[in-house]
Amino acid sequence: MDTAIENKTKTGRANLEVFSSTLQELAAQDRNIVVVTSDSRGSGKLVPFGQKFPEQIVEIGIAEQNLVGVAAGLASAGKKAFAVSPACFLTARALEQIKNDVAYSDNPVRLIGISAGVSYGALGSTHHSLHDYAVLRAINNITIVAPADNYETTEAIKLAAVLNKPIYLRFGKKNMPDLDSTSQKAFQFGKGRIIREGTDVAFIATGETVYPAFQAAKRLAENYNIQATVISMHTIKPLDYELLESTANTCNAIITVEEHSVHGGLGEACASFLLQHRNSSSGGAWGGLFHIVGIPDEYTVTGSQNEIFNHYGISESGLAATAVQMINKKTPSK
Amino acid sequence: MTAKEMARKSIGYRKKILTYIYGAKAGHTGGSLSCVDILNVLYNRVLNVNPENFSSPDRDRYIQSKGHTVEALYVVLADKGFFPEEDLKTLCKYKSDYIGHPTRKVNGIEQNTGALGHGLPIAVGTAIAAKMDNKNYRVFSLLGDGELPEGSNWEAALTAAHYNLDNLCAIIDHNKLQITGSTKDVCDTDPIDTKFESFGWSVQHVDGHDLDALIKIFDHLPFANGKPSLIIAHTVKGKGVSYMENQVKWHHGVPDEGQYEEALTELDNTLTTLNDE
Repeated sequence: MDTAIENKTKTGRANLEVFSSTLQELAAQDRNIVVVTSDSRGSGKLVPFGQKFPEQIVEIGIAEQNLVGVAAGLASAGKKAFAVSPACFLTARALEQIKNDVAYSDNPVRLIGISAGVSYGALGSTHHSLHDYAVLRAINNITIVAPADNYETTEAIKLAAVLNKPIYLRFGKKNMPDLDSTSQKAFQFGKGRIIREGTDVAFIATGETVYPAFQAAKRLAENYNIQATVISMHTIKPLDYELLESTANTCNAIITVEEHSVHGGLGEACASFLLQHRNSSSGGAWGGLFHIVGIPDEYTVTGSQNEIFNHYGISESGLAATAVQMINKKTPSK
Repeated sequence: MTAKEMARKSIGYRKKILTYIYGAKAGHTGGSLSCVDILNVLYNRVLNVNPENFSSPDRDRYIQSKGHTVEALYVVLADKGFFPEEDLKTLCKYKSDYIGHPTRKVNGIEQNTGALGHGLPIAVGTAIAAKMDNKNYRVFSLLGDGELPEGSNWEAALTAAHYNLDNLCAIIDHNKLQITGSTKDVCDTDPIDTKFESFGWSVQHVDGHDLDALIKIFDHLPFANGKPSLIIAHTVKGKGVSYMENQVKWHHGVPDEGQYEEALTELDNTLTTLNDE
């Protein structure tokens, strides 16, 4: 990420920390809230939770399959189980438990993928979760959420606590400033949040990539007189088709942005809708410009999360450049 | 229920298992016959669970990790009145709720299982919840010996002992055969008892077809305060039908008409002998 943005992001808190403090507030009121960890309370910022609510934390040790199975058992017995583990291990090592014990059995476990995406940076691909949207999208009966900022994180945790259905939420470690929405509508799963409105291009981003998309939109306006919409599509599944539809009707170019493989994530979910399911009254399959920004099909370059973002164009300058390049092409009809 | 009535139940269950598998042309015959005496004792003598209290948070839980022998469970649940036995005629048929592994679509089923190594971790979580809530219900999970190489079982075994889950009882249907051959040849997990004991469990062996012995052993739960209990039930795959017993091909073999008739005749003869005793 650009240095200027990096400085600004220091004004917010890490979504992970917000998750922990929000959960502590909820747990103080509801003894059925139980955290299940796999030696991950430190990296999950849950040490204070464990100190305040020792009867509401179950330590499993480093055994993610068991973590999810136990959480499913707790949930089936009425506990609001938050299974907290690094996203990379939680959604790969324990995928069969997520599929069968949580989603298929409809046990309302709140799966919390911490240090998601490339948050672990130079620790390498074993610790990156660039597959989680893809694998979980293909599983029935689970909501997938990546909050962009502290506000979305707080609201998402509050809603997850009362949802009583399987859900996966992922958080990063970086400080994230709050983004203003153009709408006053309350946060809800499955409804994207419009951060900025424009008609030339739309950034549909999720998680920690929303902020650089927003910065890119401001740069495009200032330097190129290009007006960009920015959407925080915090819920990858179920996807906000209504907002996608209206965005496609307004903007002739869409750029999706995600801290995930370009395969199977937010971008392909959007593309699938626009090609197959767009309302025929809006002209059927969309003919606009479309580009997916994410991590290409490779093991990432070594670096910090910021360096990896910059390397793959998930940055203010990278995303602005992608937009300029796209809309300088011959524009097809809507 | 008298010992004789329990024994009659087991024979009746075996006949029904064969009937519905024969009707479906699918099912796990050998394992259903090896575990059905355990289910008989559990549902008729041990578990505090019935159609009336099934939604109560205080009921005992039974989670069948070896989901593939669901036919035995369906037959017992039907007998307990969870659903009309007539429903089992749809077993594995198009659009039936009665699929070839436990599913919550069927009344009386606690968890959707089928992939192996999943039952025990869920049972552990349920038992932890009981401890947290100071509830007295107990949690039982039936495992196959062939699924013991699944690592998640051993992860859960550690957790069960770590949290002193003496409200948890695992039962291993130790019929010594799995789809490829003998468990000893496929992946030898013996000695099972000392392995679990070293993980912090209290372990006892039982003849898994001796109803009296099964009743007695369940009466002694927990085997040790503060420890999860494991019952290694020594069983015979295909038990009750001579030509199926200890034959690996009956893991998921389905009898043809002649075999079906022969099996039912044998079971009827067993019943007659029992009644004459």
